Amino acid sequence: MTVRDPFSDPFTGEESGRSIIELRGISRSFGSQEVLRDVSLDVRAGETVCLIGESGCGKSVTMKIMASLMQPTSGDVLWNNVPIRERSDEELVRDRLRFGYLFQGAALFDSLSVFENIAFGLRQNTKMSDSFLEEIVAERLKDVGMSPASATKMPSQLSGGMRKRVGLARTLALMPDIILYDEPTTGLDPIMIDVINTLILKTRKRRPVTSVIVTHEMSTVRKVADRVIMFYPLSRLQPGESQIVFEGTPEEAFSSDDPRVAQFVYGEAGERMQELALL
Amino acid sequence: MSSAQAPRRPTIIHTFGQLIVEFVQAVGDLALFAASMLRWLCRGLPRSTVVTETMYEVGVRSIPVVMITGMFIGMVLAVQGYQQFHLMRMETRMGAVINMALVAELGPVLAATMLAGRVGSAMAAQLGTMRVTEQIDALRALGANPIQYLVVPRFLACFLLIPLLTVLADAIGVAGGWMFSTQVLGVDSTYYWHYSTEYVAAWDVFAGILKSMFFGAAIALIACHRGFNCGSGAEGVGQAATSSFVLSFVVILVLDFFLGMFLNEIYWTLWPGPSSFV
Repeated sequence: MTVRDPFSDPFTGEESGRSIIELRGISRSFGSQEVLRDVSLDVRAGETVCLIGESGCGKSVTMKIMASLMQPTSGDVLWNNVPIRERSDEELVRDRLRFGYLFQGAALFDSLSVFENIAFGLRQNTKMSDSFLEEIVAERLKDVGMSPASATKMPSQLSGGMRKRVGLARTLALMPDIILYDEPTTGLDPIMIDVINTLILKTRKRRPVTSVIVTHEMSTVRKVADRVIMFYPLSRLQPGESQIVFEGTPEEAFSSDDPRVAQFVYGEAGERMQELALL
Repeated sequence: MSSAQAPRRPTIIHTFGQLIVEFVQAVGDLALFAASMLRWLCRGLPRSTVVTETMYEVGVRSIPVVMITGMFIGMVLAVQGYQQFHLMRMETRMGAVINMALVAELGPVLAATMLAGRVGSAMAAQLGTMRVTEQIDALRALGANPIQYLVVPRFLACFLLIPLLTVLADAIGVAGGWMFSTQVLGVDSTYYWHYSTEYVAAWDVFAGILKSMFFGAAIALIACHRGFNCGSGAEGVGQAATSSFVLSFVVILVLDFFLGMFLNEIYWTLWPGPSSFV
Protein backbone atom coordinates (compact mmCIF):
# COMPACT_ATOMS: atom_id res chain seq x y z
CA MET A 1 0.00 0.00 0.00
CA THR A 2 1.79 3.13 -1.19
CA VAL A 3 -0.90 5.74 -1.12
CA ARG A 4 0.94 8.08 1.21
CA ASP A 5 4.36 7.75 -0.39
CA PRO A 6 4.19 10.98 -2.41
CA PHE A 7 3.77 12.96 0.79
CA SER A 8 7.00 13.98 2.42
CA ASP A 9 5.46 15.71 5.41
CA PRO A 10 2.98 13.51 7.27
CA PHE A 11 0.25 15.27 9.19
CA THR A 12 0.35 12.98 12.16
CA GLY A 13 2.81 10.67 13.81
CA GLU A 14 5.74 11.43 16.10
CA GLU A 15 4.75 14.99 16.94
CA SER A 16 1.51 14.03 18.61
CA GLY A 17 -0.17 17.05 20.21
CA ARG A 18 0.86 19.76 17.77
CA SER A 19 -1.85 21.64 15.91
CA ILE A 20 -2.56 20.15 12.49
CA ILE A 21 -5.80 21.94 11.65
CA GLU A 22 -6.34 25.49 12.73
CA LEU A 23 -9.23 27.81 11.98
CA ARG A 24 -8.53 31.51 12.47
CA GLY A 25 -11.44 33.93 12.57
CA ILE A 26 -13.60 31.90 10.21
CA SER A 27 -16.91 33.37 9.08
CA ARG A 28 -19.31 31.87 6.58
CA SER A 29 -22.56 33.17 5.14
CA PHE A 30 -25.03 31.72 2.65
CA GLY A 31 -26.56 34.72 0.94
CA SER A 32 -27.81 36.93 3.75
CA GLN A 33 -27.78 34.08 6.29
CA GLU A 34 -24.72 34.10 8.49
CA VAL A 35 -23.85 30.66 9.90
CA LEU A 36 -20.37 31.14 11.33
CA ARG A 37 -18.91 34.32 12.76
CA ASP A 38 -15.27 34.70 13.73
CA VAL A 39 -14.75 31.08 14.79
CA SER A 40 -11.25 30.08 15.86
CA LEU A 41 -10.26 26.59 16.97
CA ASP A 42 -7.53 24.05 16.50
CA VAL A 43 -7.29 20.28 16.23
CA ARG A 44 -4.17 18.62 17.56
CA ALA A 45 -2.45 15.59 16.10
CA GLY A 46 -3.71 12.27 17.42
CA GLU A 47 -6.74 13.56 19.35
CA THR A 48 -10.44 12.92 18.84
CA VAL A 49 -12.51 16.08 18.94
CA CYS A 50 -16.28 16.10 19.01
CA LEU A 51 -18.13 19.14 17.70
CA ILE A 52 -21.53 19.37 19.34
CA GLY A 53 -24.36 21.88 19.29
CA GLU A 54 -27.90 22.41 18.10
CA SER A 55 -28.87 21.69 14.52
CA GLY A 56 -28.05 24.58 12.20
CA CYS A 57 -25.33 26.10 14.38
CA GLY A 58 -22.61 25.52 11.77
CA LYS A 59 -20.83 22.33 12.87
CA SER A 60 -20.96 20.56 9.52
CA VAL A 61 -20.04 23.79 7.72
CA THR A 62 -17.04 24.12 10.04
CA MET A 63 -15.96 20.58 9.20
CA LYS A 64 -16.30 21.15 5.45
CA ILE A 65 -14.21 24.30 5.81
CA MET A 66 -11.60 22.28 7.76
CA ALA A 67 -11.31 19.85 4.82
CA SER A 68 -11.38 22.69 2.26
CA LEU A 69 -14.55 21.28 0.74
CA MET A 70 -16.10 24.69 1.34
CA GLN A 71 -14.47 28.11 1.36
CA PRO A 72 -15.00 30.47 4.29
CA THR A 73 -16.36 33.94 3.59
CA SER A 74 -13.47 35.28 5.64
CA GLY A 75 -10.73 33.92 7.88
CA ASP A 76 -7.90 31.46 7.44
CA VAL A 77 -7.62 27.68 7.50
CA LEU A 78 -4.20 26.27 8.32
CA TRP A 79 -3.08 22.69 7.73
CA ASN A 80 0.15 21.85 9.45
CA ASN A 81 0.57 25.56 10.32
CA VAL A 82 0.46 26.60 6.64
CA PRO A 83 -2.57 28.54 5.34
CA ILE A 84 -4.30 26.52 2.64
CA ARG A 85 -4.61 29.62 0.45
CA GLU A 86 -0.82 29.42 0.02
CA ARG A 87 -1.15 25.95 -1.53
CA SER A 88 -1.46 25.45 -5.28
CA ASP A 89 -4.45 23.51 -6.66
CA GLU A 90 -2.30 20.39 -7.01
CA GLU A 91 -0.97 20.69 -3.45
CA LEU A 92 -4.48 21.20 -2.17
CA VAL A 93 -5.77 18.07 -3.93
CA ARG A 94 -2.74 16.07 -2.74
CA ASP A 95 -3.02 17.26 0.87
CA ARG A 96 -6.78 16.78 0.92
CA LEU A 97 -6.13 13.08 0.47
CA ARG A 98 -4.74 13.06 4.00
CA PHE A 99 -8.31 13.71 5.11
CA GLY A 100 -10.91 11.00 5.15
CA TYR A 101 -14.45 12.33 5.20
CA LEU A 102 -17.43 10.27 6.28
CA PHE A 103 -20.47 12.17 5.05
CA GLN A 104 -23.74 12.42 6.92
CA GLY A 105 -25.65 10.21 4.47
CA ALA A 106 -22.46 8.31 3.55
CA ALA A 107 -22.59 9.95 0.06
CA LEU A 108 -21.98 6.65 -1.71
CA PHE A 109 -21.92 6.95 -5.49
CA ASP A 110 -25.30 5.54 -6.55
CA SER A 111 -24.14 4.27 -9.92
CA LEU A 112 -21.18 2.33 -8.52
CA SER A 113 -21.14 -0.94 -6.61
CA VAL A 114 -19.86 -1.19 -3.05
CA PHE A 115 -16.54 -2.46 -4.44
CA GLU A 116 -16.21 0.45 -6.86
CA ASN A 117 -17.16 2.91 -4.13
CA ILE A 118 -14.45 1.66 -1.78
CA ALA A 119 -11.87 1.36 -4.56
CA PHE A 120 -12.73 4.78 -6.03
CA GLY A 121 -10.08 6.83 -4.24
CA LEU A 122 -7.41 4.20 -4.89
CA ARG A 123 -8.26 3.97 -8.59
CA GLN A 124 -8.22 7.74 -8.82
CA ASN A 125 -4.91 8.30 -7.07
CA THR A 126 -2.83 5.15 -7.56
CA LYS A 127 -2.06 2.66 -10.27
CA MET A 128 -2.87 -0.45 -8.25
CA SER A 129 -3.69 -3.66 -10.04
CA ASP A 130 -7.25 -4.99 -9.84
CA SER A 131 -6.14 -7.98 -7.76
CA PHE A 132 -4.48 -5.70 -5.20
CA LEU A 133 -7.57 -3.50 -5.14
CA GLU A 134 -9.75 -6.54 -4.48
CA GLU A 135 -7.51 -7.45 -1.58
CA ILE A 136 -7.68 -3.98 -0.06
CA VAL A 137 -11.44 -3.68 -0.52
CA ALA A 138 -11.97 -7.06 1.17
CA GLU A 139 -9.75 -5.94 4.03
CA ARG A 140 -11.60 -2.63 4.48
CA LEU A 141 -14.95 -4.45 4.37
CA LYS A 142 -13.69 -6.78 7.06
CA ASP A 143 -12.56 -3.78 9.13
CA VAL A 144 -16.13 -2.48 9.18
CA GLY A 145 -17.66 -5.89 9.82
CA MET A 146 -19.03 -6.62 6.37
CA SER A 147 -18.62 -9.75 4.29
CA PRO A 148 -16.67 -9.71 1.01
CA ALA A 149 -19.91 -10.80 -0.70
CA SER A 150 -21.41 -7.37 -0.06
CA ALA A 151 -18.86 -5.86 -2.46
CA THR A 152 -21.09 -6.62 -5.43
CA LYS A 153 -24.14 -4.90 -3.99
CA MET A 154 -25.33 -1.49 -5.10
CA PRO A 155 -25.80 1.31 -2.53
CA SER A 156 -29.58 1.17 -3.01
CA GLN A 157 -29.53 -2.40 -1.68
CA LEU A 158 -27.94 -1.39 1.64
CA SER A 159 -29.54 -0.38 4.94
CA GLY A 160 -28.65 2.92 6.63
CA GLY A 161 -26.13 1.27 8.96
CA MET A 162 -24.51 -0.65 6.11
CA ARG A 163 -24.23 2.50 4.02
CA LYS A 164 -22.46 4.24 6.90
CA ARG A 165 -20.07 1.30 7.26
CA VAL A 166 -19.34 1.21 3.52
CA GLY A 167 -18.78 4.97 3.71
CA LEU A 168 -16.31 4.38 6.52
CA ALA A 169 -14.59 1.61 4.55
CA ARG A 170 -14.26 4.00 1.58
CA THR A 171 -12.87 6.66 3.90
CA LEU A 172 -10.32 4.25 5.38
CA ALA A 173 -9.21 2.86 2.00
CA LEU A 174 -6.87 5.79 1.40
CA MET A 175 -5.32 5.41 4.87
CA PRO A 176 -6.00 9.03 5.86
CA ASP A 177 -4.16 10.78 8.70
CA ILE A 178 -7.23 12.77 9.70
CA ILE A 179 -10.78 11.43 9.63
CA LEU A 180 -13.74 13.78 9.70
CA TYR A 181 -17.03 12.15 10.65
CA ASP A 182 -20.19 14.14 9.91
CA GLU A 183 -22.93 12.81 12.18
CA PRO A 184 -21.81 9.19 11.80
CA THR A 185 -24.57 7.81 14.02
CA THR A 186 -27.55 9.93 13.00
CA GLY A 187 -30.58 7.86 12.07
CA LEU A 188 -29.19 4.58 13.37
CA ASP A 189 -30.55 2.28 16.05
CA PRO A 190 -28.76 2.18 19.44
CA ILE A 191 -26.93 -1.04 18.62
CA MET A 192 -25.68 0.29 15.31
CA ILE A 193 -24.68 3.53 17.07
CA ASP A 194 -22.48 1.48 19.37
CA VAL A 195 -21.09 -0.46 16.40
CA ILE A 196 -20.07 2.80 14.70
CA ASN A 197 -18.60 4.18 17.94
CA THR A 198 -16.58 0.99 18.38
CA LEU A 199 -15.39 1.20 14.76
CA ILE A 200 -14.21 4.77 15.38
CA LEU A 201 -12.26 3.58 18.42
CA LYS A 202 -10.86 0.55 16.58
CA THR A 203 -9.72 2.74 13.69
CA ARG A 204 -7.85 4.94 16.12
CA LYS A 205 -6.26 1.96 17.87
CA ARG A 206 -5.15 0.41 14.59
CA ARG A 207 -3.13 3.46 13.57
CA PRO A 208 -2.58 6.96 14.94
CA VAL A 209 -5.28 9.07 13.32
CA THR A 210 -6.73 12.42 14.27
CA SER A 211 -10.52 12.44 14.34
CA VAL A 212 -13.08 15.22 14.27
CA ILE A 213 -16.66 14.11 14.83
CA VAL A 214 -19.79 16.19 14.41
CA THR A 215 -22.46 14.56 16.54
CA HIS A 216 -25.59 15.08 18.56
CA GLU A 217 -25.14 11.71 20.22
CA MET A 218 -23.78 12.11 23.73
CA SER A 219 -23.00 8.38 23.94
CA THR A 220 -20.54 8.95 21.09
CA VAL A 221 -19.03 11.89 22.96
CA ARG A 222 -18.64 9.82 26.14
CA LYS A 223 -17.15 6.86 24.32
CA VAL A 224 -14.72 8.36 21.82
CA ALA A 225 -13.98 12.04 22.52
CA ASP A 226 -10.78 13.44 24.03
CA ARG A 227 -12.07 16.97 23.69
CA VAL A 228 -15.48 18.52 23.10
CA ILE A 229 -16.20 21.82 21.38
CA MET A 230 -19.74 23.15 21.60
CA PHE A 231 -21.14 25.59 19.05
CA TYR A 232 -24.12 27.83 19.66
CA PRO A 233 -26.46 29.27 17.01
CA LEU A 234 -25.60 32.86 16.10
CA SER A 235 -29.24 33.92 16.36
CA ARG A 236 -29.28 33.10 20.08
CA LEU A 237 -25.97 34.66 21.08
CA GLN A 238 -25.63 37.94 22.94
CA PRO A 239 -23.67 40.65 21.08
CA GLY A 240 -19.93 40.06 21.41
CA GLU A 241 -20.27 36.45 22.59
CA SER A 242 -18.17 33.74 20.97
CA GLN A 243 -19.96 31.11 18.92
CA ILE A 244 -17.94 28.44 20.72
CA VAL A 245 -19.52 28.30 24.14
CA PHE A 246 -17.60 25.33 25.52
CA GLU A 247 -14.27 23.64 25.01
CA GLY A 248 -13.01 20.89 27.31
CA THR A 249 -13.07 17.20 28.10
CA PRO A 250 -16.29 15.15 27.96
CA GLU A 251 -16.27 15.00 31.79
CA GLU A 252 -16.09 18.78 31.98
CA ALA A 253 -18.93 19.04 29.48
CA PHE A 254 -21.16 16.80 31.60
CA SER A 255 -20.38 18.78 34.75
CA SER A 256 -20.49 22.24 33.15
CA ASP A 257 -22.23 25.05 35.02
CA ASP A 258 -23.11 26.78 31.79
CA PRO A 259 -26.86 26.16 31.38
CA ARG A 260 -26.49 26.14 27.59
CA VAL A 261 -24.01 23.26 27.80
CA ALA A 262 -25.89 21.36 30.50
CA GLN A 263 -29.15 21.74 28.58
CA PHE A 264 -27.59 20.25 25.46
CA VAL A 265 -25.63 17.38 26.99
CA TYR A 266 -28.59 16.26 29.09
CA GLY A 267 -31.08 16.89 26.31
CA GLU A 268 -33.41 19.21 28.22
CA ALA A 269 -35.69 21.52 26.30
CA GLY A 270 -36.09 23.99 29.22
CA GLU A 271 -36.93 27.52 28.14
CA ARG A 272 -36.62 26.53 24.48
CA MET A 273 -40.17 25.25 24.71
CA GLN A 274 -41.32 28.79 25.46
CA GLU A 275 -39.02 30.25 22.81
CA LEU A 276 -40.45 27.87 20.28
CA ALA A 277 -43.96 28.81 21.45
CA LEU A 278 -44.76 25.21 22.28
CA LEU A 279 -45.95 25.94 25.81
CA MET B 1 -33.29 60.54 17.35
CA SER B 2 -33.69 57.41 15.39
CA SER B 3 -32.75 57.59 11.76
CA ALA B 4 -34.35 54.24 10.93
CA GLN B 5 -36.59 54.36 7.92
CA ALA B 6 -39.16 51.91 6.63
CA PRO B 7 -37.71 49.91 3.73
CA ARG B 8 -38.69 51.42 0.40
CA ARG B 9 -40.80 49.37 -1.94
CA PRO B 10 -38.81 48.43 -5.03
CA THR B 11 -39.86 50.37 -8.10
CA ILE B 12 -40.01 48.96 -11.60
CA ILE B 13 -36.53 50.42 -12.20
CA HIS B 14 -35.18 48.54 -9.15
CA THR B 15 -36.73 45.33 -10.39
CA PHE B 16 -35.44 45.83 -13.93
CA GLY B 17 -31.96 46.64 -12.63
CA GLN B 18 -32.05 43.57 -10.39
CA LEU B 19 -33.01 41.39 -13.36
CA ILE B 20 -30.11 42.76 -15.40
CA VAL B 21 -27.66 42.17 -12.56
CA GLU B 22 -28.94 38.60 -12.10
CA PHE B 23 -28.71 37.95 -15.84
CA VAL B 24 -25.13 39.23 -16.03
CA GLN B 25 -24.21 37.18 -12.95
CA ALA B 26 -25.74 34.02 -14.41
CA VAL B 27 -23.99 34.48 -17.78
CA GLY B 28 -20.69 35.22 -16.03
CA ASP B 29 -21.05 32.17 -13.81
CA LEU B 30 -21.81 29.95 -16.80
CA ALA B 31 -18.80 31.40 -18.66
CA LEU B 32 -16.51 30.66 -15.70
CA PHE B 33 -17.95 27.16 -15.51
CA ALA B 34 -17.28 26.64 -19.23
CA ALA B 35 -13.73 27.97 -18.84
CA SER B 36 -13.10 25.60 -15.94
CA MET B 37 -14.47 22.70 -18.00
CA LEU B 38 -12.18 23.58 -20.93
CA ARG B 39 -9.18 23.81 -18.59
CA TRP B 40 -9.86 20.34 -17.23
CA LEU B 41 -10.54 19.02 -20.73
CA CYS B 42 -7.06 20.17 -21.76
CA ARG B 43 -5.49 18.55 -18.69
CA GLY B 44 -6.70 15.12 -19.67
CA LEU B 45 -9.68 12.84 -19.84
CA PRO B 46 -11.13 10.84 -16.96
CA ARG B 47 -10.99 7.04 -17.11
CA SER B 48 -12.11 5.66 -20.47
CA THR B 49 -14.92 3.63 -18.87
CA VAL B 50 -16.49 6.82 -17.52
CA VAL B 51 -16.37 8.44 -20.97
CA THR B 52 -17.72 5.42 -22.84
CA GLU B 53 -20.55 4.89 -20.36
CA THR B 54 -21.59 8.53 -20.73
CA MET B 55 -21.36 8.30 -24.52
CA TYR B 56 -23.54 5.19 -24.51
CA GLU B 57 -26.14 6.95 -22.36
CA VAL B 58 -26.09 10.14 -24.43
CA GLY B 59 -25.66 8.70 -27.91
CA VAL B 60 -26.87 5.14 -28.24
CA ARG B 61 -29.86 5.51 -25.94
CA SER B 62 -31.02 8.64 -27.76
CA ILE B 63 -31.23 6.86 -31.12
CA PRO B 64 -34.83 5.56 -30.84
CA VAL B 65 -36.36 8.89 -29.85
CA VAL B 66 -34.38 10.78 -32.51
CA MET B 67 -35.45 8.26 -35.16
CA ILE B 68 -39.12 8.42 -34.24
CA THR B 69 -39.26 12.22 -34.11
CA GLY B 70 -37.19 12.54 -37.31
CA MET B 71 -39.50 10.18 -39.16
CA PHE B 72 -42.66 11.97 -38.07
CA ILE B 73 -41.35 15.48 -38.72
CA GLY B 74 -40.50 14.44 -42.29
CA MET B 75 -44.00 13.05 -42.78
CA VAL B 76 -45.65 16.08 -41.14
CA LEU B 77 -43.81 18.40 -43.51
CA ALA B 78 -45.10 16.34 -46.42
CA VAL B 79 -48.69 16.45 -45.13
CA GLN B 80 -48.63 20.21 -44.44
CA GLY B 81 -46.81 21.13 -47.64
CA TYR B 82 -48.76 18.99 -50.07
CA GLN B 83 -51.95 21.07 -50.20
CA GLN B 84 -50.09 24.28 -50.94
CA PHE B 85 -47.83 22.73 -53.57
CA HIS B 86 -50.76 20.87 -55.12
CA LEU B 87 -52.65 24.15 -55.60
CA MET B 88 -49.68 25.49 -57.54
CA ARG B 89 -49.19 22.15 -59.32
CA MET B 90 -45.66 21.98 -57.94
CA GLU B 91 -45.90 18.78 -55.85
CA THR B 92 -42.72 17.45 -57.40
CA ARG B 93 -40.80 20.31 -55.73
CA MET B 94 -41.89 19.19 -52.28
CA GLY B 95 -38.73 17.15 -51.86
CA ALA B 96 -36.59 20.27 -52.13
CA VAL B 97 -38.56 22.10 -49.43
CA ILE B 98 -38.89 19.14 -47.08
CA ASN B 99 -35.26 18.12 -47.34
CA MET B 100 -33.89 21.65 -47.15
CA ALA B 101 -35.99 22.36 -44.05
CA LEU B 102 -34.82 19.10 -42.51
CA VAL B 103 -31.08 19.29 -43.06
CA ALA B 104 -30.69 23.01 -42.48
CA GLU B 105 -33.04 23.58 -39.56
CA LEU B 106 -35.40 20.93 -38.29
CA GLY B 107 -32.93 18.03 -38.13
CA PRO B 108 -30.34 19.83 -35.98
CA VAL B 109 -32.90 21.68 -33.86
CA LEU B 110 -35.01 18.58 -33.36
CA ALA B 111 -32.06 16.38 -32.42
CA ALA B 112 -30.85 19.09 -30.02
CA THR B 113 -34.31 19.47 -28.48
CA MET B 114 -34.56 15.73 -27.97
CA LEU B 115 -31.09 15.71 -26.43
CA ALA B 116 -31.95 18.63 -24.13
CA GLY B 117 -35.16 16.89 -23.05
CA ARG B 118 -33.93 13.34 -22.71
CA VAL B 119 -30.30 13.81 -21.74
CA GLY B 120 -29.94 17.41 -20.52
CA SER B 121 -32.72 17.22 -17.94
CA ALA B 122 -31.47 13.84 -16.74
CA MET B 123 -27.94 15.21 -16.39
CA ALA B 124 -29.15 18.22 -14.41
CA ALA B 125 -31.26 15.99 -12.15
CA GLN B 126 -28.47 13.46 -11.69
CA LEU B 127 -25.81 16.06 -10.87
CA GLY B 128 -28.28 17.95 -8.72
CA THR B 129 -29.00 14.81 -6.72
CA MET B 130 -25.28 14.20 -6.39
CA ARG B 131 -24.85 17.71 -5.05
CA VAL B 132 -27.75 17.42 -2.61
CA THR B 133 -26.51 14.06 -1.31
CA GLU B 134 -22.92 15.36 -1.01
CA GLN B 135 -21.60 12.97 -3.66
CA ILE B 136 -19.87 15.87 -5.42
CA ASP B 137 -18.11 16.76 -2.17
CA ALA B 138 -17.23 13.08 -1.78
CA LEU B 139 -15.56 13.12 -5.20
CA ARG B 140 -13.39 16.02 -4.14
CA ALA B 141 -12.62 14.38 -0.82
CA LEU B 142 -11.44 11.30 -2.71
CA GLY B 143 -9.06 13.26 -4.91
CA ALA B 144 -11.20 13.52 -8.05
CA ASN B 145 -12.09 16.83 -9.61
CA PRO B 146 -15.88 16.92 -10.12
CA ILE B 147 -15.57 19.03 -13.27
CA GLN B 148 -13.14 16.57 -14.83
CA TYR B 149 -14.97 13.49 -13.63
CA LEU B 150 -18.57 14.58 -14.20
CA VAL B 151 -18.68 17.48 -16.64
CA VAL B 152 -15.91 16.69 -19.15
CA PRO B 153 -17.34 13.28 -20.21
CA ARG B 154 -20.84 14.72 -20.53
CA PHE B 155 -19.59 17.64 -22.56
CA LEU B 156 -17.61 15.38 -24.88
CA ALA B 157 -20.52 13.00 -25.32
CA CYS B 158 -22.96 15.78 -26.24
CA PHE B 159 -20.48 17.68 -28.39
CA LEU B 160 -19.23 14.68 -30.35
CA LEU B 161 -22.38 12.61 -30.66
CA ILE B 162 -24.98 15.23 -31.51
CA PRO B 163 -23.66 15.52 -35.11
CA LEU B 164 -24.29 11.80 -35.52
CA LEU B 165 -27.75 12.11 -34.03
CA THR B 166 -28.41 15.04 -36.35
CA VAL B 167 -27.33 13.03 -39.39
CA LEU B 168 -29.62 10.27 -38.23
CA ALA B 169 -32.56 12.66 -37.72
CA ASP B 170 -31.89 14.17 -41.16
CA ALA B 171 -31.72 10.78 -42.86
CA ILE B 172 -34.82 9.37 -41.21
CA GLY B 173 -36.73 12.61 -41.77
CA VAL B 174 -35.77 12.64 -45.45
CA ALA B 175 -36.84 9.01 -45.75
CA GLY B 176 -40.12 9.70 -43.93
CA GLY B 177 -40.91 12.71 -46.10
CA TRP B 178 -40.10 10.81 -49.28
CA MET B 179 -42.06 7.75 -48.25
CA PHE B 180 -45.21 9.70 -47.36
CA SER B 181 -44.98 12.00 -50.39
CA THR B 182 -44.48 9.25 -52.92
CA GLN B 183 -46.32 6.28 -51.42
CA VAL B 184 -49.32 8.05 -49.84
CA LEU B 185 -49.64 11.41 -51.63
CA GLY B 186 -48.64 10.05 -55.03
CA VAL B 187 -45.78 12.44 -55.84
CA ASP B 188 -43.45 11.12 -58.52
CA SER B 189 -40.34 9.74 -56.89
CA THR B 190 -37.93 10.62 -59.70
CA TYR B 191 -38.87 14.31 -59.74
CA TYR B 192 -38.98 14.35 -55.94
CA TRP B 193 -35.29 13.36 -55.80
CA HIS B 194 -34.38 15.39 -58.85
CA TYR B 195 -35.47 18.66 -57.26
CA SER B 196 -34.13 17.63 -53.87
CA THR B 197 -30.62 17.11 -55.17
CA GLU B 198 -30.86 20.23 -57.29
CA TYR B 199 -31.71 22.56 -54.42
CA VAL B 200 -30.17 20.97 -51.33
CA ALA B 201 -26.42 21.52 -51.39
CA ALA B 202 -23.70 19.87 -49.33
CA TRP B 203 -23.20 23.22 -47.61
CA ASP B 204 -26.74 23.04 -46.18
CA VAL B 205 -26.03 19.64 -44.68
CA PHE B 206 -22.68 20.82 -43.36
CA ALA B 207 -24.17 23.99 -41.85
CA GLY B 208 -26.82 21.94 -40.04
CA ILE B 209 -24.24 19.56 -38.61
CA LEU B 210 -21.94 22.38 -37.57
CA LYS B 211 -24.78 24.13 -35.77
CA SER B 212 -25.64 20.93 -33.95
CA MET B 213 -22.17 20.85 -32.36
CA PHE B 214 -22.79 24.25 -30.80
CA PHE B 215 -26.20 23.03 -29.61
CA GLY B 216 -24.62 19.95 -28.03
CA ALA B 217 -21.97 22.00 -26.24
CA ALA B 218 -24.62 24.43 -24.94
CA ILE B 219 -26.90 21.61 -23.72
CA ALA B 220 -24.09 19.89 -21.80
CA LEU B 221 -22.80 23.08 -20.20
CA ILE B 222 -26.24 24.35 -19.21
CA ALA B 223 -27.35 20.97 -17.81
CA CYS B 224 -24.16 20.45 -15.82
CA HIS B 225 -24.14 24.04 -14.57
CA ARG B 226 -27.76 23.75 -13.43
CA GLY B 227 -26.99 20.47 -11.69
CA PHE B 228 -23.92 21.81 -9.93
CA ASN B 229 -25.82 24.86 -8.71
CA CYS B 230 -29.03 23.08 -7.79
CA GLY B 231 -31.03 24.13 -4.73
CA SER B 232 -31.59 21.87 -1.78
CA GLY B 233 -34.01 18.94 -1.63
CA ALA B 234 -36.26 17.33 -4.19
CA GLU B 235 -37.67 20.72 -5.20
CA GLY B 236 -34.18 22.00 -6.03
CA VAL B 237 -33.44 18.95 -8.17
CA GLY B 238 -36.77 19.29 -10.00
CA GLN B 239 -36.14 22.97 -10.66
CA ALA B 240 -32.64 22.21 -11.94
CA ALA B 241 -34.02 19.66 -14.43
CA THR B 242 -36.80 21.97 -15.61
CA SER B 243 -34.64 25.08 -15.90
CA SER B 244 -32.00 23.07 -17.72
CA PHE B 245 -34.48 22.10 -20.45
CA VAL B 246 -36.11 25.53 -20.72
CA LEU B 247 -32.80 27.38 -20.84
CA SER B 248 -31.30 24.89 -23.28
CA PHE B 249 -34.28 25.20 -25.60
CA VAL B 250 -34.11 29.00 -25.57
CA VAL B 251 -30.35 28.95 -26.14
CA ILE B 252 -30.72 26.43 -29.00
CA LEU B 253 -33.13 28.78 -30.80
CA VAL B 254 -31.02 31.88 -30.13
CA LEU B 255 -27.88 30.09 -31.29
CA ASP B 256 -29.75 28.78 -34.33
CA PHE B 257 -30.68 32.30 -35.33
CA PHE B 258 -27.22 33.81 -34.93
CA LEU B 259 -25.37 30.82 -36.37
CA GLY B 260 -27.80 30.79 -39.30
CA MET B 261 -26.97 34.42 -40.08
CA PHE B 262 -23.26 33.85 -39.57
CA LEU B 263 -23.13 30.77 -41.79
CA ASN B 264 -25.15 32.55 -44.49
CA GLU B 265 -22.56 35.33 -44.46
CA ILE B 266 -19.79 32.79 -44.83
CA TYR B 267 -21.66 31.08 -47.66
CA TRP B 268 -22.09 34.33 -49.59
CA THR B 269 -18.46 35.21 -48.99
CA LEU B 270 -17.23 31.87 -50.28
CA TRP B 271 -19.72 31.48 -53.12
CA PRO B 272 -20.99 34.89 -54.15
CA GLY B 273 -23.97 34.83 -56.49
CA PRO B 274 -27.69 34.09 -56.47
CA SER B 275 -29.04 31.57 -54.01
CA SER B 276 -29.35 28.06 -55.32
CA PHE B 277 -32.94 27.85 -54.10
CA VAL B 278 -34.30 31.28 -55.00
